[in-house]
Amino acid sequence: MMRNPGYMKASAWLGFIFLYAPIVSLIVYSFNESKLVTVWGGFSFKWYAELLQNDQIIDAAMVSLRVAVISATLAVVLGTLAGFCLSRFGRFRGRLALSGMITAPLVMPEVITGLSLLLLFVALEGMFGWPAGRGTTTVIIAHTTFCMAYVAVIVQSRLASLDESLEEAAMDLGAHPSSLFFLVTLPLIAPALISGWLLSFTLSLDDLVIASFVSGPGNSTLPMVIFSKVRLGVTPEINALATLMILVVALGVLAAAWQMRRQARRAPAA
Amino acid sequence: MNTISPSAPLATGRWRPSLQWLQGRLQVGRGLVASVPTLWLGLFFLIPFAVVLKISLAETAIAVPPYSALFDWDGAVANLSLNLGNYRFLFEDSLYLDAYLNSIKVAAISTLITLIVAYPMAFMIARSSPGRRVVLLSLVILPFWTSFLLRVYAWMGFLKKNGIINDLLLSLGIIDQPLTMLQTDFAVYLGIIYTYLPFMILPLYSTLEKLDDSLLEAAEDLGCRPLQRFWLVIVPLSLPGIVAGCLLVFIPAVGEFVIPALLGSSDTLMIGRVLWDEFFLNRDWPMASAVAILMLFFLVVPIMLLRNAQGRKEEAA
Repeated sequence: MMRNPGYMKASAWLGFIFLYAPIVSLIVYSFNESKLVTVWGGFSFKWYAELLQNDQIIDAAMVSLRVAVISATLAVVLGTLAGFCLSRFGRFRGRLALSGMITAPLVMPEVITGLSLLLLFVALEGMFGWPAGRGTTTVIIAHTTFCMAYVAVIVQSRLASLDESLEEAAMDLGAHPSSLFFLVTLPLIAPALISGWLLSFTLSLDDLVIASFVSGPGNSTLPMVIFSKVRLGVTPEINALATLMILVVALGVLAAAWQMRRQARRAPAA
Repeated sequence: MNTISPSAPLATGRWRPSLQWLQGRLQVGRGLVASVPTLWLGLFFLIPFAVVLKISLAETAIAVPPYSALFDWDGAVANLSLNLGNYRFLFEDSLYLDAYLNSIKVAAISTLITLIVAYPMAFMIARSSPGRRVVLLSLVILPFWTSFLLRVYAWMGFLKKNGIINDLLLSLGIIDQPLTMLQTDFAVYLGIIYTYLPFMILPLYSTLEKLDDSLLEAAEDLGCRPLQRFWLVIVPLSLPGIVAGCLLVFIPAVGEFVIPALLGSSDTLMIGRVLWDEFFLNRDWPMASAVAILMLFFLVVPIMLLRNAQGRKEEAA
């Protein structure tokens, strides 16, 4: 095996430092007693206590979690259907429309998606009286629409790498198309559904721009509250919030990496 | 053949569905299944653009919603009033064109720098042992799963006048006065490079991982120096990853709003921010719609054509 040249290695490690320095600083300063960023006032959990008492942030976090769970679930259902149709149905009427629309949200700037959905909701309300005002429902619809594109891409690539002979065997044995889907295909692509759900959940939880357009008063999501606070300057409570979120994500990624490593070790033996 | 339904009863004597009938039923069933995501996307993705186009042709009005109606019915005659003034204004006021060109410039430069930063990282990960590779890859993916907004916010603490970098440089005696880094174009570039670095590393890694060692050895045996080998063998072979990574960074960077809003100054013109300000600050919905239509035609359509061309090239290869 060829060895890495020294300068390659050095610049790679500098890259990792670049990637992690800001995250580490958030964690360190979340335990800082002082409100000033660069002054170390001693170790304290003060900002965590203040975070837990901040109703605005807690309420927004609840709204965001609810929106993320519902829209990730809807996005997995719709995105799986779309991905399955595109990779297993061959030619069907409307294929071109579906394949064109499913990847388009991936390249659409968020400001356009947000504005266009808002204008649609306003127009629909004017014509049919639905959705009455804007709130969590409109945010859920918007997030589902852009997340399902990601799910469809993941499901499609999983289906493409899958051996079709299992599905063909099920058909030869007389499986109805629907039982074929639910009993054979779905279990086979379950990992793709899980990663699609997690990705959608994260994207929804993180979205500021689209939610700002389509959400209504009193339904601010967590990124909207963070954005408005951060614009006014650095607030230590946000550091505490960031640390908690990073902790949750780090545990999840570590668990996934551990699982992957176990599989990688088992694979050559099998 | 998976288009033939295998459930045709084989019993003779009774009515047997013909193959054509079965295929027809399968076609109908498939059409119904496919119609669910298609209708959803049609309603919530395609129709909204028609609404945007319609409102971009309206005039601003002090009303709820704040734009004039295109159709007027005065009892006997239907009036259709199209207002192209928004579009004329887009081309007359240099703000919009400048913002558009500046977004492309900022995105292109930061994509190039991201590539330069990401390449050695992807290369090192691809050349590590399998166990270590998983750890390093997780380290790349981890920031990608944490809140983007909070990572941009972390940079504010770094770049401020009394922030971490200035403090460090001052205490080391490298500078006498704090540098202005926050609210500059420099901060915007830094923010984009930082945010989209994982998007560049991952596709690069996946092509570099497949790189065949024997090709590198052959190059060495034939007298290639390391630098030559890098430019003549490694870079051309990783070109698909380079293209994929650059698209993944460039596309979201052009329409970026959060990074210029938090790290840039008010002079940092980017088209996504202009649209946001038209809508939220000026409350000019028709003008914001016109900006959106402009972005759609001069940004999204070319990018989609480029992506499709790229996809076809890969299929052919």
